Amino acid sequence: MTISDVQKEIAAGKAVRTIVEEAITRAKADPLNAVLTVIEKRALARADEIDKQKSQGTVTGRLAGVPFLAKDNILTFDSRTTASAHMLENFIAPYQATVIERLESEGAICIGKTNLDAFAHGGSTENSYFGPTKNVADDERVAGGSSGGSAVAVASGIVPFALGTDTGGSIRQPASYNGIYGLKPTYGSVSRYGVVAMASSTDVVGPLATNLDDIQLVLDCMKGIDEYDSTTIDISPLETDTNKTLKIGVINQSMGEGVDPEVVEAIESKIKDAKKAGHDVTFVTLPSLSYALAVYYVVVPAELTSNLARYDGIKYGEAKSAKDIAGVYTNTRTAGFMDENKRRILIGNYVLSSGYYDAYYKKAQTVRTLIINEFKKAFEQCDVLVSPTAPTPAFKLGENTDDPLQMYLADIMTVPASLAGLPAINVPVGTTKAGLPIGMQIMAPMKKDYAVLRAAELWGDK
Amino acid sequence: MSSISIDDVKRLAQLSALSVSDTEAESLRRQIGDILGYVEQLNEVDTTGLQPTYQVSEVENVTRKDEIKDYGVSREALLQNAPETENGQIKVKKVL
Repeated sequence: MTISDVQKEIAAGKAVRTIVEEAITRAKADPLNAVLTVIEKRALARADEIDKQKSQGTVTGRLAGVPFLAKDNILTFDSRTTASAHMLENFIAPYQATVIERLESEGAICIGKTNLDAFAHGGSTENSYFGPTKNVADDERVAGGSSGGSAVAVASGIVPFALGTDTGGSIRQPASYNGIYGLKPTYGSVSRYGVVAMASSTDVVGPLATNLDDIQLVLDCMKGIDEYDSTTIDISPLETDTNKTLKIGVINQSMGEGVDPEVVEAIESKIKDAKKAGHDVTFVTLPSLSYALAVYYVVVPAELTSNLARYDGIKYGEAKSAKDIAGVYTNTRTAGFMDENKRRILIGNYVLSSGYYDAYYKKAQTVRTLIINEFKKAFEQCDVLVSPTAPTPAFKLGENTDDPLQMYLADIMTVPASLAGLPAINVPVGTTKAGLPIGMQIMAPMKKDYAVLRAAELWGDK
Repeated sequence: MSSISIDDVKRLAQLSALSVSDTEAESLRRQIGDILGYVEQLNEVDTTGLQPTYQVSEVENVTRKDEIKDYGVSREALLQNAPETENGQIKVKKVL
């Protein structure tokens, strides 16, 4: 399903109410546990409003009447926003995220919220308090994560697009596991006002969809400076020169040891296609990239432990009683966080503690500089860099739950772009013999989000 | 550096306002030890002369006028999520 399919139906006279009702019916059926909450009343009221405008000939907005879902760490006014955590099980958003406001001002209709790893900590959506989301191609396998619910909702045809958040691969990796597109925009290019914070130096909101036109349209509607988020920046404008020969760099290390042979084969075949089409392909090595995952698992726990300090059972959240205030804090946090949340909080506080700060945290942030410098150097020779999005297709449910380090390795291809703030997309490039989707990642310099989309067109369904 | 003791885990948990049982502390000790062991490969990297990067977009000191602004968020909507309220205020246990 695409946005233009929906728009054609509306243009042909189908009521927006019917379109929204049908999407709600699909969201309620949802056999793969992608959707946590359906926002029925408000969505139908907005549908009626657009139908009324339609009858008066006053419909405006690039997404008028198009239903969508948002990851449940994005605040939707007056409805439940849980971050898939017991801590926020009954949290009612007192205001709305800028991204939702911007999409609604273009006529899009948010029909509900999707599942994620609690507080977006994870790469499989198995760390959800509400149970895992299952893969669209095989329900014994993971959806990927943390935006697993959004990826499966789009891949299973509930809505044409959904919003996710990406801190180290959380849009791209589930998009890859479920065979759809998922864009992590440039760091800062999309507002985070009203988004539950994980790691503030890499968190980004982005779209998941079945085709590139939809990805671009949703990005266009959301991006840009927001006075409510002082970290926002503008990205470079769309370049109109589309006939240009592209210089494509394939990241050497991403095609070797530890990568599933079927994944390597799928990417190699796409590279051949690009060569045949006359593009210039080179292999590049970024030596420090192999340290990116280690950097990530110092920097991100450090940032998220600070962001999770606010969950104390006083202002909001599922408070647990105790005889004194320190007991309220401890009981609330012990009951409200999942095991993975706790693990990351402890690691974060360890690497930030006096005596370890220089050895872990400062060292990691310095290696991060090295990674950024190597990217800059590679982009002097290449317009875009490509790699697999994940080293393997979706793994089995439960396969990695007792081994967090093994789970983290699923992010090894996606964390470098997060650390460097680069725009990066997952392009579906076929399936394994067993029918599991395979994804290719395309990265470009900061603010060159449109260069990523143009390059993706080489291989993708537009 | 990577070996972390049960006592370390318990102290970290206490500092993080989390309570862990003895069984949890043992499994956390092992898992955190593994992760710290993995990240210690960073020690191999020569970073002489490089500065740490704390944020990538190079945006600095974004300021606005120090004025009260209506963000359209109501006091009632904010308070409805508070576990305990009284007379339009959030109620907390005695701090001192």
